[in-house]
Amino acid sequence: MSLPRGLRLVLLACTIFALVVIYVPLGIVVLNSFNTSGSFAWPPTGFTLEWWHRALTSPGARDALWVSLRVASLSTLLSLVLGTMAAMALSRHRFFGRNTVSLLVILPIALPGIVTGIALQNAFKNLLGIDLGFLTLVVAHATFCIVTVFNNVQARLRRLGGNLEEASMDLGAGTFTTFRLITFPMLRSALLAGGLLSFALSFDEIIVTTFTAGSHEETLPLWILNNMFRAQQAPVVNVVAAAVIVLSIVPIWLAQRLAGTDEGVAAAR
Amino acid sequence: MLHRHPGLRLSLLLTPPILWLGVAYLAALGAMFMTSLWGQNDFTGKIERVWTLDNFHDLFTIGVYKTVTVRTLGIAVLVTIVDAVVAFPIALYMAKVASPRLQRLLVIAVLMPLWASYLVKTYAWRGLLSSNGLIAWIAQPFGLDTPGYGLTATIITLSYLWLPYMILPLFAGLERLPNSLLEASADLGASGARTLRTVVLPMVFPAFVAGSIFTFSLTLGDYIAVKLVGGTNQMLGNVVYDNVGAANNLPFASAVATIPVVLVLVYLSVVRRTGALENL
Repeated sequence: MSLPRGLRLVLLACTIFALVVIYVPLGIVVLNSFNTSGSFAWPPTGFTLEWWHRALTSPGARDALWVSLRVASLSTLLSLVLGTMAAMALSRHRFFGRNTVSLLVILPIALPGIVTGIALQNAFKNLLGIDLGFLTLVVAHATFCIVTVFNNVQARLRRLGGNLEEASMDLGAGTFTTFRLITFPMLRSALLAGGLLSFALSFDEIIVTTFTAGSHEETLPLWILNNMFRAQQAPVVNVVAAAVIVLSIVPIWLAQRLAGTDEGVAAAR
Repeated sequence: MLHRHPGLRLSLLLTPPILWLGVAYLAALGAMFMTSLWGQNDFTGKIERVWTLDNFHDLFTIGVYKTVTVRTLGIAVLVTIVDAVVAFPIALYMAKVASPRLQRLLVIAVLMPLWASYLVKTYAWRGLLSSNGLIAWIAQPFGLDTPGYGLTATIITLSYLWLPYMILPLFAGLERLPNSLLEASADLGASGARTLRTVVLPMVFPAFVAGSIFTFSLTLGDYIAVKLVGGTNQMLGNVVYDNVGAANNLPFASAVATIPVVLVLVYLSVVRRTGALENL
């Protein structure tokens, strides 16, 4: 090891401190969802499942969960198709403007959400004359979800190279047969990882959602935001927040296990 | 047939994503920029398609907007500094000290909260910073108190939200730094601190720039964190939000929203040249 021992210990201490700071806030939300005190004074006063029961029976939260699940599923499906197409085009072909395409895919997530939000809202309402609703929400979410699938599939394709596909074609298989029998099976876990991340991304999104959802579509994050300042709803809001943490961490953790290390890092961008 | 015509295959693959992102999304962004250069009739509230720089002029000259712009830029700078200071040691530990197995675990540990809900993370800090929250409880024995909701709370929360965006590029940059350089520095008698200052820091500066643009531009566009933990303070994002909604002045909102876009675009085009995007 090339760094002195003292320095390494300092770095270790800083790392542990940073990880504690990263995870404690999330842990407290989950802990408070079982806290008997509805005002969440620290330390917790006792254990209760009442808030979870109330959240599960709250019609508003249940409707919102249903909307979120449908939006996330549909936008993930769209981004799986579009992201895979873009990744295959970029990894298996050389063409003019190739870098521009990869930049385009990253753009919706690199720009602040408010920019994508008002740009899409303006396009839907003023340019296309479409009323905001479920459809506009799915389109908006798919736009920023494409990058997760794209990154995972591209990293996988780059790692595997094109030899197997070429061999398949040399043996007489057509483009679609090769995709079905060779490319798709190789991509399966990368697609699953990208799809899970895309699902989590859509499930959690609030800013673009605010600008592109119709008045009847309340996703779970929108429901949290709309109820956050109502004192009597506070414990239920906290339960929903805890549920969102758990529901988004699980797919992310799965996605990381499915993808290789290089792809896991690639998926971040 | 398709495998004999790679051009056809390519265009079939590329057309749907390009139509979606290149045509629809870019057109939406372009329309927003155009709107920012249009005026609005003060009486009817209708957008007037006359080219003007008034919106940008207002943003930098009208007192309240100037205050908000300066405040937002200040917050963005402070958030970037906080993130850089917190991220550097953890990135260095991940890249140069941790074993490959631990390194992989740490990457996942840092990545996971990046994907966790932005709103819930902000909500979590609202609870921590409240007058009877964990921070007040920890601070009390020392005769201190929670900073409460305000600018300090906003800076803490935003730093927390964007921290992984700083850790990852720094980690990637440090990982590319050859170990032999550190060894050479130590062999020539430099202390750990001196190696950091004269060898490591100058070489990871580009990685820091990469991370900083994310912390910077994301702060410029934020409006929810400051609404939840910032008390009555406003940032540029709130100006955009209020002008899209209540004030219904889309041209002005678009002008404000253009600032972070320009920053990100300039950054991405610079970074793309170095090939850093491929390495992230």
